[in-house]
Amino acid sequence: MATTKQQEIRTKLQARLRVRYARERRFRAYGLAAVLFGLVFLAVFFVSIVSKGASAFRQSMLSVPVIVDASLVDPIADGTRASLQDGDYDGVIRNALVALFPDATSRRARRELMALVSSEGSFMLRDRVVADPSLLGEVLNLNIPTSANVDMLMKGRIDRSLPELQRVVSDRQLAWIDQLVADDRLSTSFSRAFFANGDSADAELAGIRSAVMGSFFMLLVMIAIAFPVGLAAAIYLEEFAPRNRWTDLIEVNINNLAAVPSIVYGLLGLAVFINWVGLPRSAPLVGGFVLALLTLPVIIITSRAAIKSVPPSIREAALGVGASRIQTVFQHVLPLALPGILTGTIIGMARALGESAPLLMIGMVAFIVDVPGSFVEPATALPVQVYLWADSPERAFVERTSAAIIVLLGFLLFMNLLAVILRRRFERKW
Amino acid sequence: MSTDGEVEMTLEDVSAGVPQSQTVGSAQVASPFVQAHGVNVSYGDIHAIKNVTLEISRNEVIALIGPSGCGKSTFLRCLNRMNDTIESARVTGKILIDDQDIYARNMDVVSLRARVGMVFQKPNPFPKSIYDNVAYGPRIHGLADNRAELDDIVHVSLERVGLLAEVKDRLHETGTGLSGGQQQRLCIARTIAVSPEVILMDEPCSALDPIATARIEDLIDELCENFAIVIVTHSMQQAARVSQRTAYFNLGELIEVDETDRIFTNPQHRLTEDYITGRSG
Repeated sequence: MATTKQQEIRTKLQARLRVRYARERRFRAYGLAAVLFGLVFLAVFFVSIVSKGASAFRQSMLSVPVIVDASLVDPIADGTRASLQDGDYDGVIRNALVALFPDATSRRARRELMALVSSEGSFMLRDRVVADPSLLGEVLNLNIPTSANVDMLMKGRIDRSLPELQRVVSDRQLAWIDQLVADDRLSTSFSRAFFANGDSADAELAGIRSAVMGSFFMLLVMIAIAFPVGLAAAIYLEEFAPRNRWTDLIEVNINNLAAVPSIVYGLLGLAVFINWVGLPRSAPLVGGFVLALLTLPVIIITSRAAIKSVPPSIREAALGVGASRIQTVFQHVLPLALPGILTGTIIGMARALGESAPLLMIGMVAFIVDVPGSFVEPATALPVQVYLWADSPERAFVERTSAAIIVLLGFLLFMNLLAVILRRRFERKW
Repeated sequence: MSTDGEVEMTLEDVSAGVPQSQTVGSAQVASPFVQAHGVNVSYGDIHAIKNVTLEISRNEVIALIGPSGCGKSTFLRCLNRMNDTIESARVTGKILIDDQDIYARNMDVVSLRARVGMVFQKPNPFPKSIYDNVAYGPRIHGLADNRAELDDIVHVSLERVGLLAEVKDRLHETGTGLSGGQQQRLCIARTIAVSPEVILMDEPCSALDPIATARIEDLIDELCENFAIVIVTHSMQQAARVSQRTAYFNLGELIEVDETDRIFTNPQHRLTEDYITGRSG
């Protein structure tokens, strides 16, 4: 009797076991599929961003001999600074280009010829001549950035097979460009302008410097405010505050604040810091304040979790030998919680650095050409710059949008890496 | 079956209100160092300790035994006010150490804990070096005037717990790398480094193997020359081995306290007898 019963049970168990294993395999397959799904999208994202944006780090330049004609450059003919600054440098460059292509005789042709190079060329020439008037009458070999359209063509982003009317580069210009390439006058090289310039209406001159500096200044403000305030709040709430209705209320509020849409923080910043306190618009100082408020709840929540995860036995040990509560917290609990706190803080800040919505509200969406040198000078931020450029119709700005995203991602990657390194460094075993 | 029934009856009897503070035996001693009088502790609505009166003299080892949740650890934690860290805990009654009311308003908890050291159930060295573990107490209390004195305190403390020979070459390695028994002795060294007057031990051997346990018990024997030691233990053999007196707690009440020999050979109270003979607990 017993043996048949056991036999029966064993077959049931076997059948059941098969089902259980199948279920386990299925679940693992789901998990793997989910991970692959995410990875595929990540790969698509990176490939598309990099393939679109990497070329923005290079710029094509036209090398051309220029005759610094005194009659154009020195209108009052006295060689003074004032006179030199009023010179017709466009004319000089036009003459230089016409010298290369004598067939461009009509006004229209000359205009098209001038459209090959960036307006930056005449400013470069002016600066050199004003700085060194002895160049008058000399022949200079000038390296001028090409206009955005030529640059795009050089990078293969303009389809030559399109009919002329649908192309931003005319047939005549195409012929000239091919000639210039054949003469080895057109070349692409690393674009310093992209990293050294602020924004510009001319795509070939637009750079991310003002956005990077704006983001950097905001980061400093955030570190200075959000980290100490968040840490102090977390320590107080976790280690010192009594557990009562008020602290419960505070906790609920902090958790809610972490979920408030970021644009609301922007409105708050606009109302409080700009309208009421009277701080300047578009300033990284205000942006930093707003982003600090935005990250505070995240920092408090993660820091509290890190502090809570320190085993109570450590607290007891310290209290047991007669450490005061402050000593216990600062000498034992905090060092052990620090990796978690730093990770949470850095990741929270990295998130805030990628925010654009609150910055739109406080005027950091402005067109900023000058690179900010302080916390109160107008600036923009990397994500806002992405937004601004993404809005521009020129083909060259598409490339720059992606390049700005690459820079932003690099920024965030660096911060996350820092979080990992700090965590590794401070982590202690017990 | 019948035994179970009996236990249930017994428990009911107790909660139904056998007159309180009817501690059997001798709670008083001739020259008390620690005096607890009518101590009550409650956590919110839970009355954890009911009207406990117990005196402890210098240089004795007293063991607190009893079933889980009977309040012996709670009582222990009253003696250095570790219960302060639990927010809902409320302590009433009087506890005097060396004729000083430790729950008085002007009593400083930090200095109290320097005088009443504590060793915990789970070894809990700081994740620092062995040296820093022992030196921590003397450092925060400013017991050493210079490095040499501090070295001295550390060496003497480690020597007394018999750890010095084992770790003297790696004083600056982390204390958490030691074995469980060594860690617990390190914790005891850390406690005695501040020269307390009383040492509280909350089941100090429950996480240790028998050899490490024997080592700690020997240590307790040696330490009782200088310190009053209150030890909570679940092992009655351990209580019998290390203590001069034993106190039996049940459901928050101190049922019986007496010379250890008498408790284990001739308990006066029925509950004590049941516990010791293994019929309850």
